[in-house]
Amino acid sequence: MIAAQTSMLEAASIYLPLEARILDVRPLTQLEKLYTIALPEGMSLNHRPGQFVEVSLFGIGEAPISICSSPSQSGNTFQLCVRRVGELTSALHRLEPGDSIGIRGPFGNGFPIERFRGKDMLFAPGGLGLAPARSLINQVLDERGFFGRVIILYGARHPSELLFTEELSKWEKRDDVELHVTVDRPDDNWKGNVGVITTLFQKIQVDAPNTIAVTVGPPVMYRFVLVELLGLGKGIREGNIWLSLERRMKCGVGKCGHCQMNHIYTCLDGPCFSYAQIRHVEEALS
Amino acid sequence: MKNSMVISKTSMKAWIEHLGKDFRLIGPKPFQDRYVFGEFHDAAEIDLNYPAAMLPLKKILLPQREDLIAFGKTNGKAEPVLENRPTIVLGAHTCDLHAIASLDHAFLEGYIDQHYRSRREHTLWISLECLEPCSEHAFCKDMGTLVTPDKFDLHLTDLGDDYVIDIGSERGAALLHGFDAVREAGEDDYRQFDQVMSQKWSCFPYRLEVDFTDIPRLLATNYRSVLWDELGERCLGCGACTLVCPTCFCFNVIDEVDFSLHEGKRYRTWDSCQLNEFALVAGGHDFRPSRAERLRHRFFHKYKNQVATSGLAACVGCGRCAEACIANITPMEVLNSLHRRRVASARHKQEASPQ
Repeated sequence: MIAAQTSMLEAASIYLPLEARILDVRPLTQLEKLYTIALPEGMSLNHRPGQFVEVSLFGIGEAPISICSSPSQSGNTFQLCVRRVGELTSALHRLEPGDSIGIRGPFGNGFPIERFRGKDMLFAPGGLGLAPARSLINQVLDERGFFGRVIILYGARHPSELLFTEELSKWEKRDDVELHVTVDRPDDNWKGNVGVITTLFQKIQVDAPNTIAVTVGPPVMYRFVLVELLGLGKGIREGNIWLSLERRMKCGVGKCGHCQMNHIYTCLDGPCFSYAQIRHVEEALS
Repeated sequence: MKNSMVISKTSMKAWIEHLGKDFRLIGPKPFQDRYVFGEFHDAAEIDLNYPAAMLPLKKILLPQREDLIAFGKTNGKAEPVLENRPTIVLGAHTCDLHAIASLDHAFLEGYIDQHYRSRREHTLWISLECLEPCSEHAFCKDMGTLVTPDKFDLHLTDLGDDYVIDIGSERGAALLHGFDAVREAGEDDYRQFDQVMSQKWSCFPYRLEVDFTDIPRLLATNYRSVLWDELGERCLGCGACTLVCPTCFCFNVIDEVDFSLHEGKRYRTWDSCQLNEFALVAGGHDFRPSRAERLRHRFFHKYKNQVATSGLAACVGCGRCAEACIANITPMEVLNSLHRRRVASARHKQEASPQ
């Protein structure tokens, strides 16, 4: 964060992107591709898990995308998982290794991983929410000794929409990771759990006072997952439940106004919040 | 107010000519039956005795369209566009100067917006003391913006035949150097100034029934008021209120490629939280889908949330939004309605409770 601000302050404009280069493109599903990107001159992005960058193509536009690689595995590159939903992301999907793209950031606060150390980690990402969660999951796994149990509950709509399937099977094989995956609608080959993500919570017991829960997904998912995590469910304290909120963070630097929730700029004060921080913010979860 | 200067109105033309040699001049110009801030070269083009200009001075610091980056599609060119023409704004009303403080907070706190800063640093303000209300909708007296903030470089007060000039900065003082037709103010000038100033206050009405320092609390207890739904039914969601607002700063960023298809500009343009889809995200969720929610967001931002983050309300009481609203929704109506309902509900509770 500090490194990022220093470099932003040196820039002639906070809106001027760096010209970065795509090193690798890998399709993950019909809609999502994984990009490995390098900043110019071997610069490191120096991000925290949970932060995002503004990705742009001149002539088309700019959009916030969360960084899905962990700082521990980044070195001088980082990864973005891009879902094709609009004009910019469709153009991004046409790019190939060697092509350049504009990058500003990293922005936002990221997860306070240093406060999570010594705790059991319960991850509950849904759909594309696995992308930002992955930056934290891999950081935790690379510092495995600092954490207690690692539980991952992941839900997608359909088997074909599961992201990072290679990594999922790696996590599946580890005896220090408890992974449960579910899909809303199975196909003929699916042998795993069927149902929305909340159905996975009955499969696990947690030591609530010692557990940090991290959930990333759309607003409607938060409403149901929170019920499972809070007093009537697992009984995890509000301050130990962490979410990453999606907003239209057009500028990323707290100027354009699109991501305001009451007095909070999601792009500056978030996108990562504990439930305790936002439960009284009227617009946060509606 | 000591060390003030005096310029006679008959010398204004020459002074403006003098200033125009080194600066782009912006002032209130008659336009159809209204006034707009625009570039001028001759004193005859402007009228300092003007009612509120249609658009506020944010259009100088944050133009409706402002190029941010000039880019090349193929040659890797990407250069920031910074406006640095030396500019003087002549005749800013005190509320519009207060609005600059609000914009400064938005663009110069946290990450510094270099595009705004460049315009800000190259602009000098010759403001004008308001001696009578300039709009039937203005409630500057309620908002505490009837007194000039310390943002001006020079500040003029109309004494009839002369203007008294209060000097706010060294750059402002320099605008008087080498111009012989100004003189130091004498005892008579100060006496006349005090008289004009003390007479002005009674000309301005209070319009709010609630004290402006109490508005954040009034809103805090009224997030779920039915008033927002009632107003949402009337509101057309057109965004005119935010466009004419001197403190509204939200913007969108758009890329435009020129006819060569090789070069283009990334520019920002005023956006409005009142417009549909302002808070829509790529995933398809709209965080403020109804007009009632968007209108409430505007009021909460202006009178509560920005007060919490900057200490300043994002409203200077200029009344432009009230003037612009086709549905006749005004801050006075909204805030006074909330206040009246609060009073009525308190009275109701008092009567209902056993002695």
